[in-house]
Amino acid sequence: MTGVLIIGAGPAGLAAARAARAHGASVTLIDAADEVGGQYWRHLPPSRPSAREPRLHHGWGAFTALRGELEADPGCEIVTGAQVWAIERADAAPAARPTVHVLVGEPDGTRREARTYRPDALVFATGAHDRTLPFPGWDLPGVFTAGAAQAFAKGERVAVGERVVVAGAGPFLLPVAASSAMAGSSVVGVFEASRMPQLVRGWLPRPWQLARAAKKGGELAGYVAGHLRHRIPYVLGRGVVAAHGTDRVESVTVAGLDADWRPIPGSERRIAVDAVAVSHGFTPRLELPIAAGCDIGADRFVVVDERQQTSVPGVYAAGELTSIGGVDAALAEGELAGHCAAGGTPDDPSMRAARRTRTAFAGFARRIEAAHGIGPGWIGWLRDDTVVCRCEEVPYGRLRDTAIATCASGLRSPKLTTRAGLGICQGRVCGRTVEDLLGRASAAAGGTASASIPLDGTTTDRRPIASPIRLGELAAGHAPD
Amino acid sequence: MTARLVPPARDPIGPGATRSIEISLDGVPITGVAGQSIAGVVLASGRLAWRRTSVDGRPRGLFCGIGVCFDCIVMVNGERDVRACQRRAADGDVVVSQHDALPEATA
Repeated sequence: MTGVLIIGAGPAGLAAARAARAHGASVTLIDAADEVGGQYWRHLPPSRPSAREPRLHHGWGAFTALRGELEADPGCEIVTGAQVWAIERADAAPAARPTVHVLVGEPDGTRREARTYRPDALVFATGAHDRTLPFPGWDLPGVFTAGAAQAFAKGERVAVGERVVVAGAGPFLLPVAASSAMAGSSVVGVFEASRMPQLVRGWLPRPWQLARAAKKGGELAGYVAGHLRHRIPYVLGRGVVAAHGTDRVESVTVAGLDADWRPIPGSERRIAVDAVAVSHGFTPRLELPIAAGCDIGADRFVVVDERQQTSVPGVYAAGELTSIGGVDAALAEGELAGHCAAGGTPDDPSMRAARRTRTAFAGFARRIEAAHGIGPGWIGWLRDDTVVCRCEEVPYGRLRDTAIATCASGLRSPKLTTRAGLGICQGRVCGRTVEDLLGRASAAAGGTASASIPLDGTTTDRRPIASPIRLGELAAGHAPD
Repeated sequence: MTARLVPPARDPIGPGATRSIEISLDGVPITGVAGQSIAGVVLASGRLAWRRTSVDGRPRGLFCGIGVCFDCIVMVNGERDVRACQRRAADGDVVVSQHDALPEATA
C-alpha cells in the first residue's frame, strides 16, 4: 500500500487526505497546531463548545464532514502538535524518498518526541502567512497582522481592541473586519491601498471566468453585507502609514495613496484607535518545498504539473503554496494532489469536479496580484528609524546605508552586517521586505537588480532548519529508523 | 478599553459552559478560560505587551498570532522561548516575560 505523508491540515491537506484514502493509500496527516482546519477553519477547542460556531465560518459543514471522516478512518493517522524541523533531500537513487524530521508534542516544549518519516509520496499543504509591510510604529503593541485579529476572533473569541482599524490590501481584509465586528470591536474603517482603476484592472477582465468562481464571490458579497450592517466604511486608495503611541498604539495616520502606493502629501488624517490589523498580502511557506528540492517559479510559488506534482517525483503541493486562490481552489488542488499521490491520475472521472474548480480559479491569484499587488511607492512612508526587521530591530536607514556602502550584490553581506532577517522568526516577517529594499539599494548603487530580488538572485525563503529547534533536541539525535 | 474576551452573554455564537483557569505572569495571577492560548489569556486581561526587546528594550506582545513571528515568546514553567500564541494555557502555568539582554562585548 502506498504511504502518503501530508504536511498541513488546512483545507488543502484535509482534502488531500480524503482523496488519498479514497484511492487506497495509507495516510499520515500532520500539522503543527493541536487542531486540524488550518488558519481558514481555525476554531474554538473542544473545551469551549458553542451553539452557533458555524456563524464564524464559511463551509463549516464541509470542514466538519472532512474532519469526521478522517478521524473515524483507521487508515488515516492524524498527528497534531507535529512540527517539521527539517527535510533531507534524496538526491541519489531515483526511487529515493525525502526524509521528514518532526518533533511531536507541546509547541516549543522541551519534551517533544522525535519522529522520522520516509513516505512513498509527500504532499505539502503548508499554506501561507500574512505579509505586513513595515511603517513607523508598526512594532508598537496593539499593531497586529490581520491574520492575528482573525485567528484570535475565531480561535479564542478575543477581540484585539475596542476601536480597530483594518488596513492593507486584498480581499482578506473583508473577513477580518467582519470577524472583528462580530467579536464586538468597533471597526473604524477598512482601508484598501489599491485604487479603483487597479481593482478594475484585476477583477473586471473576462468576468465569465469569475462567474465560475461564484462561490468565492458569494462569500465576499456576504462580508460586504455584514459591513453595511455594522456600518464599516470601506475606503480605497488609503493606507495606515504610521502608528503612534509610547508603549502601545493610541492612534494611526491614514493617508491617501497614489496608484503606486506613494503617500499623497497633505492627505494625512489622524484616527484614534487601540488596535490595528494590517496585512498587505500573503507569503507562501516555501521552506519545506525548497528543502525537498522543489522548483519555485518566478512568481515565488511552488511549480506543479496537472497532477499537483512538484519538480521532485513523488512530492506534491497544493493550496496557497502554489498560488493564492482561496479555499475552493485549495480544496480542489488538495483533492487532486492526494488522489495522484496515492497513484491516481488527474483524468480519472472522480476528479472531474476538482479539475473544473481548479481551472475556474486558475487566474485568481493573477487577478489578486493585479488588483491588490504591493505598489513600489510604499517605501515613501518609511522613515530612517522605522524598524524593518522586528527581531533584530534593524532600522530602514541602517539597512539602506549598509547596502549602499558595501555595494551589496546579494543578501548575504548586508544581512550579516546589519543582522536584518537573522532573528528568531528566520526572516519570515521581514524577508521579502529586506529583499525589496536591498534590491532597490543595489539598483540605486548602479546595479541591475529588479525591485523585488537582489542582484545575485538569492532569496530569504530558504531555511534548512525549517523551524527553531532546541540544541538539546538536536543533540538527542533522531528517532530510530 | 482594549483587547478582551467577547462577553459570552453577547456573543452571537452562543457559547456553552467553560472552565476557568488561573495562570501567573511575572507573579501576577490572571484568570482565563480553559482552551485559550497563553497569549489569549494575557491579551484578554487587557495586557498588550509582555516581552522587552534585546536592543532597545521595547515592549512587544502578540503580532502575527499564528506562530510565525516569535514576538510573543515567554518562559513557561521554566521553559524559555515558548510562543505564547501557540501554547495552550494550563491551570497553574507560571509564565515569566522575557528580556534577553545582548551579551556584553569584551575586548
